[in-house]
Amino acid sequence: MAIRSFFLFILFFSSSLSPVFSLYEDQVGLMDWHQQYIGKVKQAVFSSQRAGRKRVVVSTEENVIASLDLRHGEIFWRHLLGADDVIDGIDIGLGKYVITLSSGGSILRSWNLPDGQMVWESSLQGPKHSKSFLLVPTNLKFDKDNVLVVFSNGRLHAISCIDGEVLWKKDFEAESFEVQQVIQPPGSDLIYVVGFAASYQFEMYQINAKNGELLKHESASFSSGFSGEVSLVSTETVVALDSTGSILLTISFQDGKISSQQTPISNLVEDSLGPAVIIPSSVSGIFAIKTDAVTVFIRVIGEGKLEVVEKTTHEIAVSDALSISEDQQAFALIQHASSEIHLTVKLAHDWDGNLLKESVKMDRQRGLVHKVFINNYIRTDRSYGFRVLIVMEDHSLLLLQQGEIVWSREDGLASIIDVTTSELPVERNGVSVAKVEHNLFEWLKGHMLKLKGTLMLASPEDMAAIQSMRLKSSEKSKMTRDHNGFRKLLIVLTRAGKLFALHTGDGRIVWSHLLRSLHKSEACQSPIGLNLYQWQVPHHHAMDENPSVLVVSRCGPSSDTPGVLSFVDTYTGKELSSLSLDHAVVQVIPLPYTDSTEQRLHLLINADKHAHLYPKTSEALSIFKREFLNIYWYSVEDQNGIIKGHALKCKCTGEVADEFCFDTRDLWSVVFPSESEKIVATVTRKLNEVVHTQAKVVADQDVMYKYISRNLLFVATVAPKGSGEIGSVTPEESWLVAYLIDTVTGRILHRVTHHGSQGPVHAVFSENWVVYHYFNLRAHRYEMSVIEIYDQSRADNIDVWKLVLGKHNLTSPISLFSRPEVITKSQSYFFTHSLKAIAVTSTAKGITSKQLLLGTIGDQVLALDKRFLDPRRTVNPTQAEKEEGIIPLTDSLPIIPQSYVTHALRVEGLRGIITVPAKLESTTLVFAHGVDLFFTQLAPSRTYDSLTEDFSYALLLITIVALVAAIFVTWRLSERKELQEKWR
Amino acid sequence: MAAVTPLLLLLLLSSAPSFSSGSRNAYNINGRVKIPQGLGLGTKGYALPGRMSNVKVLLNGGQNITFLRPDGYFSFHNIPAGTHLIEVSAIGYFFSPVRVDVSARTPGKVQAALTENRKGLSELVLEPLREEQYYEIREPFSIMSLLKSPMGLMVGFMLAVAFLMPKLVENMDLEEMRRAQEEMRSQGVPSLSSLLPGGAMN
Repeated sequence: MAIRSFFLFILFFSSSLSPVFSLYEDQVGLMDWHQQYIGKVKQAVFSSQRAGRKRVVVSTEENVIASLDLRHGEIFWRHLLGADDVIDGIDIGLGKYVITLSSGGSILRSWNLPDGQMVWESSLQGPKHSKSFLLVPTNLKFDKDNVLVVFSNGRLHAISCIDGEVLWKKDFEAESFEVQQVIQPPGSDLIYVVGFAASYQFEMYQINAKNGELLKHESASFSSGFSGEVSLVSTETVVALDSTGSILLTISFQDGKISSQQTPISNLVEDSLGPAVIIPSSVSGIFAIKTDAVTVFIRVIGEGKLEVVEKTTHEIAVSDALSISEDQQAFALIQHASSEIHLTVKLAHDWDGNLLKESVKMDRQRGLVHKVFINNYIRTDRSYGFRVLIVMEDHSLLLLQQGEIVWSREDGLASIIDVTTSELPVERNGVSVAKVEHNLFEWLKGHMLKLKGTLMLASPEDMAAIQSMRLKSSEKSKMTRDHNGFRKLLIVLTRAGKLFALHTGDGRIVWSHLLRSLHKSEACQSPIGLNLYQWQVPHHHAMDENPSVLVVSRCGPSSDTPGVLSFVDTYTGKELSSLSLDHAVVQVIPLPYTDSTEQRLHLLINADKHAHLYPKTSEALSIFKREFLNIYWYSVEDQNGIIKGHALKCKCTGEVADEFCFDTRDLWSVVFPSESEKIVATVTRKLNEVVHTQAKVVADQDVMYKYISRNLLFVATVAPKGSGEIGSVTPEESWLVAYLIDTVTGRILHRVTHHGSQGPVHAVFSENWVVYHYFNLRAHRYEMSVIEIYDQSRADNIDVWKLVLGKHNLTSPISLFSRPEVITKSQSYFFTHSLKAIAVTSTAKGITSKQLLLGTIGDQVLALDKRFLDPRRTVNPTQAEKEEGIIPLTDSLPIIPQSYVTHALRVEGLRGIITVPAKLESTTLVFAHGVDLFFTQLAPSRTYDSLTEDFSYALLLITIVALVAAIFVTWRLSERKELQEKWR
Repeated sequence: MAAVTPLLLLLLLSSAPSFSSGSRNAYNINGRVKIPQGLGLGTKGYALPGRMSNVKVLLNGGQNITFLRPDGYFSFHNIPAGTHLIEVSAIGYFFSPVRVDVSARTPGKVQAALTENRKGLSELVLEPLREEQYYEIREPFSIMSLLKSPMGLMVGFMLAVAFLMPKLVENMDLEEMRRAQEEMRSQGVPSLSSLLPGGAMN
């Protein structure tokens, strides 16, 4: 025991000197993992280079442009564009440049295909907003230079592929002209721009591709108008739908003459289908229309004559055309049939002949096929082989070749909406335990190797063996609960409506489940997942029940659409049940009460401010009734600048007499003046945060009492002018006000104004302090401020006599309705970087000191000790303060590279940081997500309660042996000496 | 972008009024990121592949993001007049954010300053303030580190007690030692040999 405390002392001693989080390079991957994703693929272009590695370039809905290995699906390179820089089109130019058009057609960039280096960037302006098109004609040359044709913002540009220079441009300024297609017939020097004007006029412009000269302009009016998109069926024919969606218009503009033909859909398909939409495709001669239930493929034969080739009620996906020879085009078609998908590749002019027909088993959890991209290769027997890239409903990306899934990427994980954690099953006798150490010899050998490593005696082969042994350690990826609480399941909800369970040990997917309740249906048109809550966490009673999570979603983008609840078992990933609610879900309040099966009570507030209690059981109701008067909550209306406090009133009166529905009443409201303040951030403490002690011992044996209340809300408001971007206001007309509000009474406990500052504000609230990050316009730097709040009413308790005589108020009940005597301390510091997210470490008992986790603009996560944000810092701390650990005040917060939690990695597109306490007090688990995922363990005060991973047992053994030997030697000596003494 | 010629890039802040309608006061910010070659690549021992291609330049906390051309130049298009903040994100380097003033009255004038040390820049060439080393460096094995380790300290302490204490006792005055021995005997402190099982045989 004494040795142990000695040991602790040493550790504490050493931890106070060096940066707390630090890693050796060979420790990467031991406790952390990093996964790279790209998001749901919007467009894919296959590189047709004959030599070298086959690759495919994709653009995604996360604004990522990436080059993937076609063999394994790995990322060669990847770039994440800005949030507003939505990619409109990609293509490959000259076989070696990837061309991207983004930001509504105003930025054109070219990237080097092999390494992803940007080659050039052009900004394209235009007279008005319009659709944008990117064409890379293969045969259009201009002084030996390939030309890109871009239509964007109402202007047609021809751009050099080599350096991005604009060769010519042509405006389409007609007020009502809406471009629909830009066509460059191969083998000619013409560009056609077709579109609608004033919604009933068809316009066609013929332009010389060499110089942008307008050759012809024709127009024709159609009294029935147009609706939706047009489909290009040949280089000089388009098909459109009239405004009722029931008549097909075939418009051809051969040789600059517009001719048209009208065909009612009912002539082609007997039974009436209702309004249809055209599915855009680029297959020549064929287009598809889709109604609610049926998809119809129609072929155009000759002079605007139409013919139905296929009618199907299956879910279907069609690829773009792929030219395989001079005059042949192929395309891929995917149809769903229960647990399989059928892939057919057809020639454009020959519907009935299939080039390829394959069936592939498909996991139902992937949902429907959303997109298909086709590519061909030449087999050894010189026939064509086809591979297709498919994008599924759950945003995953798969490559199919020869009837098999070659690789798949779970790119749904790039868009995580919410994260929660779940414990793993307890290790029982029946549960097989992976054999960790095979036998004593192996174990000793491993440790001897490690010892050799520490003594720098190991050869390179030994080093490699050590490294692989450390990384492989099967201990961390077992499927059972561990003593230290490091192994958990991360349950994540993605935008696609899929739940994933990731193992914290190695980040693998344990199970995944596409929520049925988040499937499109009659009642629920566009379901969106909102949040995850821990529904049932069995630990005391009900140990044989599996834990479950609650997924709250709603049926549409607006907040008054009805909600959907689903309950998912976290061990198996099965959806236990789902509930379609008849009311909306505006706010979900997990209550701190559980029933006998450890189901947590949740209060759902709807748009009419009724509160609904879940689970709907009589037991839950009786628990709830007991605490009826103690339930308070608040709501923030950031548009109106109002924060309101609410409490329950009585049972619902009105149309539905439901036992579990309650009326609410407004208790208080804080109204911010709309002309001077706008709410930009509100933060509260984490519900499950544990605070170890209320007392804080400061220098000179003094005690301060933290004001700890779960009902504190931090609100930041800025001047309405300053809510825009940096640089849009002067310091004089911008300010930031920070409030601490008690959410039960609505009392404002603290208010501070930062003049000349503006948002965005990122804040984190923990224990009795709040830290927030904002921009200081005067210094033109980012700043971080800390506010700590202390309870003064307990300050006199330090008198020993009062304690002895029982005159203290430690046991008196605390009510938020009594006026709290609080004092606040605050301080501000400069900070270098912009922030994307901020979080604080949390540990099991709250004893370990805290670190702030800052997600910087460079997509790294920086750990910053809370001691740097201590309002009691002074320039010259006294000796007593120094002993307490107060750091001398500096104007800016230090950035120590070794304390980057993500070390040399980037969590591309960082959105959130989640911290979960492990069972071991010193350790906290950190999960950062964005387009990438990153997980690690952190010990903010070092692992003082366990041996570190690289602890050398062999060294310990040697020391013990040496000590025993020393004891025997000294014993011998002592014996001899005693004998001599006796002889004397 | 006919305006993007090397000559104009050297002017670094060519703020020609944009030709787009509706945004008469939009300017371009052009600059260059310069990472000194050889800095750290060989000396510190870790080189990240594709360094230049992974550098991002961010305007106003991520409102606009752009990338570097092979020669290190970058540009932001259609930026309104005002005071802006440019940040460079590059793994392995620490860049100071730069305050850039785009003025509507004096187009073409460069007003840039590093916010970390308030140093003004005559032209918008951004260089890293320092390199960032994300990993601790393993100290080579040395006797001192072994001795400093808890185990080494323990052994050292034991040795000190075992060998230095008798020396101290030797140097004591004979009388004093006898007195101390008397005291010890009266208190009944057992000697080391009697503590061990073999000691009982004496």
